[in-house]
This record gives sequence, C-alpha cells and structure tokens, in this order.
Amino acid sequence: MKTIEQYIAEHPFFKGIDPSYLKTIMGCSNEVRFDIGQFILREGEEANNFYVIHFGKVALEIFTPIRGPITIQTIGDGDVLGWSWLVPPFHWHYDARVLEPTCAIAMDGRCLRTKCEQNHDLGYELLKRFTHIITQRLEATRLQLLDVYGVHCESNDDKRL
Amino acid sequence: MIKDSNPMLPAQFCIQWVRKETHDTFTIELKSTNGTHEFPFSAGQFNMLYVFGVGEAPISISGDPSKPEVLKHTTRSVGTVTKAISKLKKGDVLGVRGPFGSYWPLEDSLGKDIVIVTGGIGLAPLRPALYQLISQREKYGRIVLLYGARMPEDLLYKKELEQWRGRFDVEVKVTVDSAKGNWRGNVGVVTTLIPRAQFDPLQTIAMICGPEVMIRFTIKELQNCGIKTENIFISMERNMKCGIGLCGHCQFGFCFVCKDGPVFRLDRIKAIFGKREI
Ligand SMILES: Cc1cc2nc3c(=O)[nH]c(=O)nc-3n(C[C@H](O)[C@H](O)[C@H](O)COP(=O)(O)OP(=O)(O)OC[C@H]3O[C@@H](n4cnc5c(N)ncnc54)[C@H](O)[C@@H]3O)c2cc1C
Ligand code: FES
Repeated sequence: MKTIEQYIAEHPFFKGIDPSYLKTIMGCSNEVRFDIGQFILREGEEANNFYVIHFGKVALEIFTPIRGPITIQTIGDGDVLGWSWLVPPFHWHYDARVLEPTCAIAMDGRCLRTKCEQNHDLGYELLKRFTHIITQRLEATRLQLLDVYGVHCESNDDKRL
Repeated sequence: MIKDSNPMLPAQFCIQWVRKETHDTFTIELKSTNGTHEFPFSAGQFNMLYVFGVGEAPISISGDPSKPEVLKHTTRSVGTVTKAISKLKKGDVLGVRGPFGSYWPLEDSLGKDIVIVTGGIGLAPLRPALYQLISQREKYGRIVLLYGARMPEDLLYKKELEQWRGRFDVEVKVTVDSAKGNWRGNVGVVTTLIPRAQFDPLQTIAMICGPEVMIRFTIKELQNCGIKTENIFISMERNMKCGIGLCGHCQFGFCFVCKDGPVFRLDRIKAIFGKREI
C-alpha cells in the first residue's frame, strides 16, 4: 500500500518538483475517496481545496435549467481537479460529479495559499504547473467550441471546390 | 483497380444492404453486377462513388482488406452526392471507380506501437487498418485507438468499438465533445486522450484522420509526447473530379491528394500542411 508521500511524489502534476516543496505541500494534504454519484464540489461553493486524482473518473458539469446537467469535460487518473482555490473570489465555477470510484489527494487550498505567500518560490512553482493545466484546458475548450464535427465546418471548404 | 478497365469508367455495383450508423451516417455493402467477385484494396484507399444522373464523390473503403469479396463504404450525408447515396436502397445500382490513392503504412510499421487518432467520420478510412492490425496482432507492439465524436449519438461502429475494447491487447479510448448527464464515458476533445494513452513515442507510428483542424491539434499533441514528424501519417481530404491525377481538382500545394494521398507522411507535406493559402 502506497503512502500519501509516494502518491504525491509519483503524480504527474508534481513530477520533478523540489523535494523541499513536496514536504511543504504534503503538510496540507490528505487522502480522500469518493463513490459514484457523489459531488466532490458544487458550483458557487467556496473553493478551498484542489484534488490530485490517483484513480477514478469525474465529470465536470454545468447545470442548465432547460437541458439539465451538461458534462463539459471528464477527468481521471493523473489529472488535477480545481484551480479556483488559487483565484479570487475562490468559488467553484462548475459541479464535479463522480462517475467511477475515485481516490485522490485533497490539498488544502487555504493552507497552501498561506504557504505560497510565505514562500514565493513555492508559489511560483505551483503557479507554473497550474498555468500549464489551464493552458491545456483552454486549448481543448477552443477546439470544443469550433465544433469540428459539425457539418458547417467540415473539411471541404469553398477554397477547395 | 477493377481489372482491365478504364479508370474513368465506373463499374456497376449493386447495394446488398444499407445500415444506419447514426442520424446522418450509413454503411452500404456492394457487389459487382458483372460477376467480378473480388475487389482488392489497401487500408486507407478510396473509391469514386457515382450516383447516376447526380454525380460522383470520393468515399473511403471502410471494409476488411482481407475480405475483398465484400466492398463497404460508410458515408456521411452532407451534400448533393452523399445525400443521393443515402436515398439508395438494397438492390439499387451505383457506379464505382477505384480503388485509388495511397494507404496506411501497415507493412512498414511491423513491430512498432500504433496510435490511431480519429474523429467523426474519420474512423471509416481507419477501420480497414484496424481490421488488418487486429488480424495480425502479434506483428505489432501496442495498438491504441483514440476516437472522438461530437456527441454519444454520433459514435460510429459502436458494436465493433465494444469488441475491440473488450480485447486485452488493444487500448480503445472514446470521447465526445459534449454529452448530457446520462453518458458515463469521457467528455473532452480527442486530443485530451493522447497524454493518457500508453505507447513508446520513439517506437510509435501515428495515423490520424478527421477534420483538418482536429488533425492540426492532434499533431501538436503527438509531437509534445515525443513522436517524430516522420512517424506521423495523416489522411487528407480535397474535392475531387477524376480521382487519378489528371484534372488538378484536388491540388494540395505540390501534391494531388487523389494520387499522392490521401494518406501522407507528415514530414513530406510539412511545408504546405496547415498553410492558409493552400
Ligand atoms: C479521399 C477522400 C475520402 C473520403 N472518404 C469519405 C468517407 O469515407 N465517408 C464520407 O462520408 N466522406 C468521405 N469523404 C468526404 C466526401 O468525399 C465529401 O463529403 C463529399 O465529396 C461531399 O460531396 P457531396 O456532393 O455530398 O457534397 P457537396 O454538395 O459537394 O457539398 C455540400 C455541402 O457540404 C459541405 N461538405 C462537403 N464535404 C463535407 C464533409 N466531408 N463533411 C461535412 N460537410 C461537407 C460543403 O462545404 C457544402 O457546404 C472523403 C473525401 C476524400 C477526399
Ligand atoms: S481529382 Fe483530378 S487530379 Fe485529383
């Protein structure tokens, strides 16, 4: 059975991070497990944690009054859930519902924010890692918005006629 | 090629059956009306399908290359010709010219990991490659299929996807761009599956087919994972007329898609791929 330290050290999000930072981060973390159907976070609630997922599957959903919950993305093994703990006003912007039994390390965002204020090098390191994730999600969202499989924007454009 | 025939002359084929795959996509099985029993082709090649009195469209062969006695095409109904094909029924006759074009580099990939990334109707030209890879499973390293569609209802070949996923020696990951609450699979664009797949980037051949924008984003992600440009193959689409390199209709920079493609090795077209002017 792996310890939290091992989980964190082996998780892709923390790959190559300075061991001294890991120690600090570990002080703000604990292991959590979620069952199918459970909500890990809810839109509008305070964002005080983020989660590094060890295994499982989670749907990020936005609730719409007419269409009900719409899944905008699913995340799983090796992913990170949540960055709203980093950005004021520290509220979640979507729901996260568990699709498959999920094991994660919950990181206490308030505790980490305080440590990042005290140690800007740690703060910068974490920010770089989150920026990478945010950039990837932004690119994926752009591609999603293009609706590339819709008939209107398929490949035989007018220029090729 | 249909034996001893003029490549501009369509041979008559009769529809054996039509199967609806999704709301706008269907598969047809064809048999020659003149007693030609076999239609050999390589995975990735296409035919020009001719609806008499309407027109012709290039459509990839989506059947099994080891079963040349049956010719299958999966078509998405988007415009004049494809809509006309969608209206044909069992027993109706269609003109066929082909097979034309280049093919997936399956023989040159022996011993390698194979990563197939495809979106939408792009799975159709890759299904023959999957049949061949799976039938010669022991000759390849890992086989990974990453498939994206718009919505769960738009997924092609659901039964076969389940069968392939049920095997322990093929990694199949499916995702959709958006889904309602009852879908338990992945949601997100197909590129998000790439970092999660298991393959050795230095020993991998990647094959991509889908809308051009999707291909562009996929190439970037595969390169981020360490796959070299010369090991990435893409299937391109351009409107076609002759299908055999005579009319220039399908010109793509210094290439003709019908003759030099549709399957291209990325490093060979690097200078022109993704260029706005081309
Ligand atoms: C090598 C090759 C292989 C192909 N294989 C397949 C295949 O296996 N199955 C398949 O369904 N298609 C395939 N295509 C695409 C297919 O050839 C075109 O969709 C077809 O030519 C459209 O002809 P049409 O007369 O029905 O549409 P048109 O009347 O020419 O077009 C009508 C409208 O549809 C839009 N349109 C055209 N093509 C597409 C498209 N591909 N998707 C969405 N909208 C489009 C046009 O922009 C236009 O607005 C392939 C193309 C090539 C070059
Ligand atoms: S379609 Fe005529 S040259 Fe390609």
